[in-house]
Amino acid sequence: MSILVLAEQEHGTFKKTAAELLAKATELAGSLGTTVDAVVLGTGADAASLGAYGAARAFVVDGDFSSYDGDTAVAALAAAVDAASPSVVLAPASYLAKDAIPRLAARLGTGQGSECTDLRVDGGAVVGRRPVYAGKVLCDVTVSGTPAIFTVRANSFGQPEAGSGAAEVVQVSFDAPAPRLTVVKRETPEQDAVDLTEADRIVSGGRSLKSAENFDAIIRPLAKALGATAGASRAAVDAGYAPHEEQVGQTGKTVNPSLYIACGISGAIQHLAGMRTSKVIVAINTDPEAPIFEHATYGVVADLFDVCPQLTTKLGALDS
Amino acid sequence: MKIAVCAKVAPDTTTPRIQPAADGSGIDTSGIKFAVSPYDVFAATLGVELVEKKVAASVHLFTVGDEGDVATLRSGALALGCEDLTLIGDDAAKAADALGASKALAAAIGKDDGITLVLTGKQAIDGDSVQVPGMLAEFLGWPLVSMVSSFETDGTTFTAVRNVGGGVQETVQGNLPAVITCDKGLVQPRYAKLPQIMKAKKKAVHTPSLGDLGLSADDVAPKASHTAYGEPPPRPPGRVLDGGDLSSTLDQLVTALRDEAKVL
Ligand SMILES: Cc1cc2nc3c(=O)[nH]c(=O)nc-3n(C[C@H](O)[C@H](O)[C@H](O)COP(=O)(O)OP(=O)(O)OC[C@H]3O[C@@H](n4cnc5c(N)ncnc54)[C@H](O)[C@@H]3O)c2cc1C
Repeated sequence: MSILVLAEQEHGTFKKTAAELLAKATELAGSLGTTVDAVVLGTGADAASLGAYGAARAFVVDGDFSSYDGDTAVAALAAAVDAASPSVVLAPASYLAKDAIPRLAARLGTGQGSECTDLRVDGGAVVGRRPVYAGKVLCDVTVSGTPAIFTVRANSFGQPEAGSGAAEVVQVSFDAPAPRLTVVKRETPEQDAVDLTEADRIVSGGRSLKSAENFDAIIRPLAKALGATAGASRAAVDAGYAPHEEQVGQTGKTVNPSLYIACGISGAIQHLAGMRTSKVIVAINTDPEAPIFEHATYGVVADLFDVCPQLTTKLGALDS
Repeated sequence: MKIAVCAKVAPDTTTPRIQPAADGSGIDTSGIKFAVSPYDVFAATLGVELVEKKVAASVHLFTVGDEGDVATLRSGALALGCEDLTLIGDDAAKAADALGASKALAAAIGKDDGITLVLTGKQAIDGDSVQVPGMLAEFLGWPLVSMVSSFETDGTTFTAVRNVGGGVQETVQGNLPAVITCDKGLVQPRYAKLPQIMKAKKKAVHTPSLGDLGLSADDVAPKASHTAYGEPPPRPPGRVLDGGDLSSTLDQLVTALRDEAKVL
C-alpha cells in the first residue's frame, strides 16, 4: 500500500515535478509508515535514478508514449496501479493529469483531489490543501476511495536535493488500446520554454505593450534572460500581442511560479485569479495606484519600456 | 446529430472576494452574483454555431445542480439557442462529487442515443477541478479531447486542435461520438439579448430523479470531500522600490530578488 508518484518524462528527461513530488511523497510515507513508488510511462529515462528522491520501486510501463494519447495513458496508468497496488497516487497537475487522471479515477471508481498546493497526513490519511474559486478560498480535500488520487500544482514544494539511492526497476506491460484519435499535426512554438503551468519564473506583459512587435522586443528577451516563460494579460492576448496559450488568469492559465513579473498589467481580479499563488510578485507599472501593487512583493513605478531592457541587461550581466 | 452541452453555474468572474462560510463547510454565497461558468459559455456557443451551420440538429443542456441555477442557465446558455435543459437536482446528486456528477450526467446523456457529441468547458471556475469531462468520457466510453481551441465536424468525423501545454498545439482527428472540452480561442462567446432571454423562458426544463436515470444515491455517493474552507494566508506586505534613478532602483530589485527573496 505505497504512495505511487507519476514521474513525467519528456524525451528521456524527467520533469522537475518528478523529484518535487517524490520528495513530498517520501515525507508523507514516513508519517504513514509506507514506501514510495514511481510510475514512468515509456522507457528511455533513467528510472532507477528516481531512487535519489525516495522511490523504492520504479514501475516502467513499456509502450509507445512518444506522442500523447489519452486512451493509452489511462490504460498504462491503470496497469501500473494494478502492479503497484498503491493506497495513494500523486500526479503533477499537467495536461496529462487534466486529461487522463480523471479518466483513471473513473475507471478505478475512486475519487480525486485536484490541483493541490499542499499535502499533509492527518488521521492516517493524506489530506490535500488546494485553492478553489480561483484562489480566493482554500479548502482541504480527502479521498475515501482506493487509491486516493491527488494532482499537485508544479512548484508547490520546491526542488529537493538528490540523495544517493537507486530505485528497483519493475517492467509493466499492458495492452495498448486501438487508437481512436490520430494526431495529424503538431505545432511547437519557436521558443522552447517550460509550460506556463509548470514554470518557476514568468514574465508577463499587458495591454501597455501596444503591439506584438513590442511584446517580442521587450517581454520575451527579459523572459529569456531569466530563463522564464512569457505570459500575458487577456487585454494583451485579445489585442493579438501574444497567443491565447500565454494568457494568465481566470480564463487563461493558472500559474504557480516562484517569481512572477507583471509588466504594465493593472492587476484586474481575473488576472490575479491566475497568478495570486506566485511566491514573489514584481509589479512594473507607471501608475502607483494600480491594483497590482497591492499584491506585489516588490514594486517599481516606472515605464516598462525603460525598465525591461535595463533589467534584461542587468540580469544578463549576473550570469556571466 | 445532437449535441449535449454540460454547463454549470459559478460565481461571476468579477466577484472581488469570496468568503468561506463561518463553519468552513463551503463558501458564503450571500451577495455573490452567479453566472454560467465562462468556459461552458464557449461550449454552448460552439454547439449553437454547429446548429446554425446545419451540422447538428439541436443542442441540449445538462447540469447537476440546484433548482436555483435554472434562471441563470436559461438566460446564460439556453437563450443562446439550446433546445432544453436537463437538471439533475436530487439531494444525493447535489451532494455528489465530480465522480458522482459525471455518472449522473453520463446516464442522462446516454438516454438520448441521438447525442454523439458532448461539449463542456475545459474547467468550471468554482471548483477548478477539471474532473467531470474526463470522468464523463470514461463513463460514456467515448474518447476525450481536452482543451480544444479549434473544432470542426461534419457530424461523423471531427478535427480538433488541442493545447497540450508548453505552447504546443496538436491537431487530432477522430470519429464521433466524443467528448470535447472548450478552451479560449475556440469561439467568440455569445451573450443572449433580451428577446432571446424572453423566448428561453418557455423552454423545457426536465428534472429526472437519479432513479429515473437508473442510479441510486449510493452510486453517486462522494469519494472525494472538500472541507475546511478558509481564507488564503495573507501575502506578506510588499514594498515599492525607489533608488533615486532607475538604474539604482533596478539594482535594488535584483539584489532583493537574489538575496532577500532568493528567487534568482
Ligand atoms: C469573464 C472575464 C474573464 C477574464 N479573464 C481574464 C484572464 O484570464 N486574464 C486576464 O489577464 N484578464 C482577464 N479578464 C480581463 C480583465 O478584467 C482585465 O481587463 C485585463 O486583465 C486587463 O489587462 P491589462 O492589465 O493588460 O490592461 P489594463 O487594465 O488596461 O492595464 C494596463 C496597465 O498598464 C499600465 N501601463 C500603461 N503604460 C505603461 C508603461 N509604459 N509602463 C508601465 N506600465 C504601463 C497602466 O498603468 C495599467 O495599470 C477577464 C474579464 C472577464 C470579464
